[in-house]
Amino acid sequence: MADEYGRKWDRCLADTAVKTATGLGVGIVLSVLLFKRRMWPVSFGSGLGLGMGYSNCQHDFRSPYLIHGHTVKVNA
Amino acid sequence: MLGVCLRGAHATVRKNCVRSPLTPLQSYRCYSTSRSSGASRVVALGLVTVGGGVGGTLLYSKWDPKFRAAVEKNVPYSDWLLGLALGPAPEDARLPVRKQVELNQPPSMLDKPKTDPKAKSQKSVKEAAEASGPESSLVPPPPAQSIQEASAEATQIISAISEVPSVPATCDSEAAAETAAVASAEPLKERPVDEVTARLVQQDQEEEKLLASLSSRLEDSLASSAKATLQAIGAQEVALQAVTQHTRKLKDAMEAEAPSDEKSTQWKELEAALAERTAAVKDATTTLSKANEALEGLKSVINQAKGQKVAAARPLILAAEENLHQMVVDLDKVVSKVRSAESEAKVVSQYTELVNEAKQQFQREVSSLTPEIQANWKGLTGKLSVDDLNALIAHAHRRIDQLNRELAEQRVREQIHIEAALEQQKVEDHKVLDAAVTTAMGHVKEEARLNLEQKLAELREVMEAEMRTQLRRQAAAHTDHVRDVLKVQEQELRAEAEQVLNSKILDQETRYRQLTQEQLDNFTLDMNAAYARLKGIEEAIDSHAVAEETAREAHQLWLSVEALSYALKSAGADSPSMPLEDAAEAVRASCHDDFCSALASALPQESLQRGVYSEASLRARFNALRSLARRVALIDESRNSLYQYFLSYLQAALLFEDQQEAPPSQLSGADLDPFKLLSYASYCLEHGDLELAAKLVNQLRGEARRVVEDWLTEARLTLETRQVVSLLSAYANAAGLGTTQAP
Repeated sequence: MADEYGRKWDRCLADTAVKTATGLGVGIVLSVLLFKRRMWPVSFGSGLGLGMGYSNCQHDFRSPYLIHGHTVKVNA
Repeated sequence: MLGVCLRGAHATVRKNCVRSPLTPLQSYRCYSTSRSSGASRVVALGLVTVGGGVGGTLLYSKWDPKFRAAVEKNVPYSDWLLGLALGPAPEDARLPVRKQVELNQPPSMLDKPKTDPKAKSQKSVKEAAEASGPESSLVPPPPAQSIQEASAEATQIISAISEVPSVPATCDSEAAAETAAVASAEPLKERPVDEVTARLVQQDQEEEKLLASLSSRLEDSLASSAKATLQAIGAQEVALQAVTQHTRKLKDAMEAEAPSDEKSTQWKELEAALAERTAAVKDATTTLSKANEALEGLKSVINQAKGQKVAAARPLILAAEENLHQMVVDLDKVVSKVRSAESEAKVVSQYTELVNEAKQQFQREVSSLTPEIQANWKGLTGKLSVDDLNALIAHAHRRIDQLNRELAEQRVREQIHIEAALEQQKVEDHKVLDAAVTTAMGHVKEEARLNLEQKLAELREVMEAEMRTQLRRQAAAHTDHVRDVLKVQEQELRAEAEQVLNSKILDQETRYRQLTQEQLDNFTLDMNAAYARLKGIEEAIDSHAVAEETAREAHQLWLSVEALSYALKSAGADSPSMPLEDAAEAVRASCHDDFCSALASALPQESLQRGVYSEASLRARFNALRSLARRVALIDESRNSLYQYFLSYLQAALLFEDQQEAPPSQLSGADLDPFKLLSYASYCLEHGDLELAAKLVNQLRGEARRVVEDWLTEARLTLETRQVVSLLSAYANAAGLGTTQAP
């Protein structure tokens, strides 16, 4: 289980990095292409990516504690 | 004994053989003496046994006659011997005596009705005598002396009791007396049948003789009296005839006026008649007296016959009496007739006398008047003179006057005379009447008596017949009763005998069963004992084998458990031990009871398949985990964001606790802090207490718990396996020590 923690961290970080980079990249692209080299899509994109990564990471770390509810339709 | 002797002989032989060549002789002597002494001993023993047997038999047969009888029956010549030794066998008087008594009772009872018909046969006439013949042939065996006397008595009694047959009572009393007499008479002598019959026949004959004599006498006297009576009657008739003739003649003579020679012939005839009459009368009286005598004789004979009281003669007697009566009656009648005739004759004779007297007187007168005239004056009509005639007429007139006077006087005195005559006549009539009445009464009485006698005779006969039937009935009833009694007795005796037989058989059977049962029991006991011993031996052997087996198994188990524990030790620093499957299999194989197999199967699957980590590796791992657990100490279900992660990381960086801290005996609430727990666990681990460490680690919550979950399961696994193995080894040690049996 301890390894899992390490692995989670690894994944998380990797994922965050990738998302951030991707967001950055998309932001840069968008800013270059659409938004006339402004800063805000880059930061937006990276923020987006970072946020996504962070959320993912948190979710991954929370995942053991999450309770999934199911709606069961009962045919009467 | 002989064997002993022989052995002794052999020993001596051996001893002697060493010494001298005379040993054979000596040995022979030894042999012979031993043999002879043995033989004599045997002979003596045999003699003693035989003598004892014979003596015992004698004594017992003396005591028990039934045994004696059995011995006498089965062993020939033993009866002679026993008779010589003990005297004759005692008579068993009980049973036969009873039988004899019983036998004697029925003959007495049967004899009674037999003798009663006999007595009756005496009373009745010949056909009863014939009947008594076959009845006497039915006479049953052995009446005794007392019975004979009793029968004679009975006949006498029965003959004596002519009127009232109270025979049953006499029979009973007789029977009772007889049984008493018979019971007292022992032993009984049997009278032969023919003697009894002879006696009875003799009795019959006597009675018959008596009867015959009586009847003959009666007949004789009857005949004689009848003859005499007939004679008398004849004589009386003759006399009557004579008298009547005489009177008639007299009357004729008186009345008829016949000439003298006729008169003389008449008178002669009269005289002849008178003589005849007197003769006849005398004859009649003699014959009457003779007849009376004869009748008296007959009466006496009858009375004698009555006195003899022979019953059979009664009708004869009765007939004789009737005849007698008849004769008497006839005689009386004739006698009365004769008397009446005589009285008439007397009257007539008186009349004749009177007439004669008158005649004589007249003649005297006439003769006194006329002495010359003869008596026969009727023929003198021409011879008389006028004087004579006148005198005669005067006399006649005088006579007539006298006669008239007498007549007048008579007429006057007529009444008186008539009265006197009537009186006289009355008296005479009375007398005659009395006489007649007495005779008639006598006759009637006699007739009545005879009728009574006849009726009595008839009644007696009826009674006799009835009595006979009753006696016959009684005899039949008695025979039935006797038959029943005999039957009952027979049944009783048979039942008794059967009972005795059954009881004897039962005894024998029970004895036999007992013996067999005893034998069986003994045999069973022996068998049981042998079997038990065998069983014991087998048990011992088995238990030994079992013990050996168990020891071997225990040893094997121990070995396998040792192998298992060694396998446990094969864990590397970071790698688990080898899989415990084989070792566990070996342990399971060497397990032979539930405890062991339960234990063997209690090993966790992981350990079996993968093996377990050693304590050292766990310790090392824990150390690594500790820092991690510190880092995520704040994360639990409710706080699990990344920020919390940062905070818990910060806490872990800033918080310092003891590396190792001894855990208290009881954890309080403050001790549940993860850092503290981790330090406690480190301390326990360092001191080798994996269990406590696991317990403490188990108290972690949240993410820390998740992080150390693996380690915990591993620790658990190891602990489990270690526990099982330790149990197994303890068990194997215990079994191997052999002091405890596997349950």
